[in-house]
Amino acid sequence: MNFSIYDFTSFTQWIDKFLYDNLPAFWAIAVEMTLIGLVILVFYALVGLFLVYAERKVCAFMQNRVGPNRVGPFGFFQTIADFVKLMMKELVYIKNADKLLFNIAPFIIIIASFMAIAAIPFAKGLHAIDFDIGVLYVIAVSSLGVVGILLAGWSSNNKYSLIGAMRSGAQIVSYELSVGLSLVTIIILAGTMQFSAIVEGQANGWFIFKGHIPAFIAFIIFLISSTAETNRGPFDLAEAESELTAGFHTEYSGIKFAFFFLAEYMNMFIVASIAATVFLGGWMPFHVSGWAGFNHIMDFIPPFVWYIGKTFFIIWIMMWFKWTFPRLRIDQLLTLEWKYLLPINLVNILIMAFIVLMGWHF
Amino acid sequence: MTPNQLMFAIFSAVIIIFSILTVTSRRILRAAIFLLFVLVATGGLYFLLRFNYLAAIQLTLYAGGIVVMIIFSILLTSHIAEKLEAPGLKKIIPAFFAAAGGALITIATILQHKFPTEVISGSERTDIRLIAKSLISTEKFGYALPFEVISILLLAAMVGAIILAKKRKD
Repeated sequence: MNFSIYDFTSFTQWIDKFLYDNLPAFWAIAVEMTLIGLVILVFYALVGLFLVYAERKVCAFMQNRVGPNRVGPFGFFQTIADFVKLMMKELVYIKNADKLLFNIAPFIIIIASFMAIAAIPFAKGLHAIDFDIGVLYVIAVSSLGVVGILLAGWSSNNKYSLIGAMRSGAQIVSYELSVGLSLVTIIILAGTMQFSAIVEGQANGWFIFKGHIPAFIAFIIFLISSTAETNRGPFDLAEAESELTAGFHTEYSGIKFAFFFLAEYMNMFIVASIAATVFLGGWMPFHVSGWAGFNHIMDFIPPFVWYIGKTFFIIWIMMWFKWTFPRLRIDQLLTLEWKYLLPINLVNILIMAFIVLMGWHF
Repeated sequence: MTPNQLMFAIFSAVIIIFSILTVTSRRILRAAIFLLFVLVATGGLYFLLRFNYLAAIQLTLYAGGIVVMIIFSILLTSHIAEKLEAPGLKKIIPAFFAAAGGALITIATILQHKFPTEVISGSERTDIRLIAKSLISTEKFGYALPFEVISILLLAAMVGAIILAKKRKD
C-alpha cells in the first residue's frame, strides 16, 4: 500500500481489497458502508462545528467586533461548549402538536443534506458514490429538505412557525429552478453530469474561465439562488427573528434545534462545494496553460486543500452577503427570482449552447 | 442473501407498510408524508436497478415536487386538530372488494408472466446526450410529440391558475 495525499485511489482500493480478502462479500460491503457512513458523519459534525465558529468570527469582523474569544485560543472551542450546552437542554414537548411529524421533521432535513454530501468529490479518489447523474442527484436529494421545513412549521401548531414554513416553502421551490438552470448551463459546457468527469474536464482551466461570460453569469446566479435555497440572509425571511421569532423552528429546543442549526450550515457547505466543484474546478489545482513552472508549484498543494480552500472561499462570500445586505420582503424575493433571475438564466443557457455549438470555448 | 436482495426486501417492506399507512391514516398531512416515504423507496428501487436517471427524476418530480405541492395545499386548507371521520361499513366493504380484486388481477398477471432469466446488461452510464436527443427526436422512440403536448398542457394549466388567482373587477 502506498499512501499519498495527492491521490487517495490506491489507499481506498487497499482498504477495499483488505476487507474482501478477510471477510465474506456480504460483510465486506456492510463494513464498507458503515465505514463510509461513519467517516462522512464525523466530517459532517466537524465541519458543522467549525462553520458555526467561522460564522461568528466573520460576523464579528464585518461588524468591527472581536467575536468569541474566551473558550480556547481565539475562542476556537466556543462551539463545542455551545454544543454541550445544547445537549443538556430540556426537550420541550408541545401539548397540541402532531408529535410524530414534529419529531421526524428535523431528521428529514438532516437526512436530505446527508444524502447530498455523499456524492461530492473531496479529493482525487475520495468520493463516496460517483453517480453518472451526479449533479441531478444532488439537486433531487436537496429538494427533499423543504419537506422537513414545511412539516416543522405545520406540526408545531404555532402561527409564526406556519408563516415561516410557508415563506420558506415558496422561496425554496422557486429558487430551486435557478439553481438547477445555472447548473444546466455548465452541464452543457461539460457534456456530462458526473462529478468526477466534470472535475477532470477542468484540468486545463476551470469552467468559470472556459465558458467565458455565460459561465460567470451562471456562477453569480448560482451564488444568489443557492443562498436563497439554504434560507440564509439576506433571504432568511423564513426565520426573520424580528417578526416571526424564529420561524419554522420556534418550538424546537435542545438537540432538535441543534439539528436544524447544523443542517442549515451543512446545506451551506454543500452548495458551496457544488459551486466549487462545478465552477471552480473542485480539487483541481489552478493551472495556466504554458506556465509549466507555475503549474508545478500549484500541483504541489494537495487536492484536498484546494477543495477546502475553494469551498470556504465561497462560504465566506455567502457569509459576507448575510452580514452586509438587509433582509428582502417576500414580494421582492419572488420578483427577483421570477422576473430577473429566471429570464436571465434562460437566455444565458441559449448563449452557452450557442458557444458550445460554435466551439468558441477552449 | 446478497446485499442487493436485502436492499430490495427493505425497500419493498417500506413501500408496502407505508402504502397501507397512507390510505388508513386519518390525519391528512401524515398520509402525505407516508406517501413521500413510498415515493422515496420507489426511487431507491430504481437506484438498485441502476436506473439512476429515472431515480433522480422520481426524487425531484414526485418527492420534491408533487408531495411538496400536496403538503402546501394541506397547509393552506386544514387545521392541525382535524381528523378525517372513520368510514362506515357501507364504504369499507365495497372498497375492500375493489382493492382485493385489483390485487388479485395484478398478482395473477405477474405469476403468469414468464420473466426472462438472462441478465440484460444496460450500459453503466446514462449518456445525457442520448436522453436529450430522444427528448427532441421525431423518429421512433422519439419524445418530441409527447414533450410538446405536455408543454401545451402545462401552459394551459398556468394560464388557468393565473385567471383563477386574479382579482375580479366586478
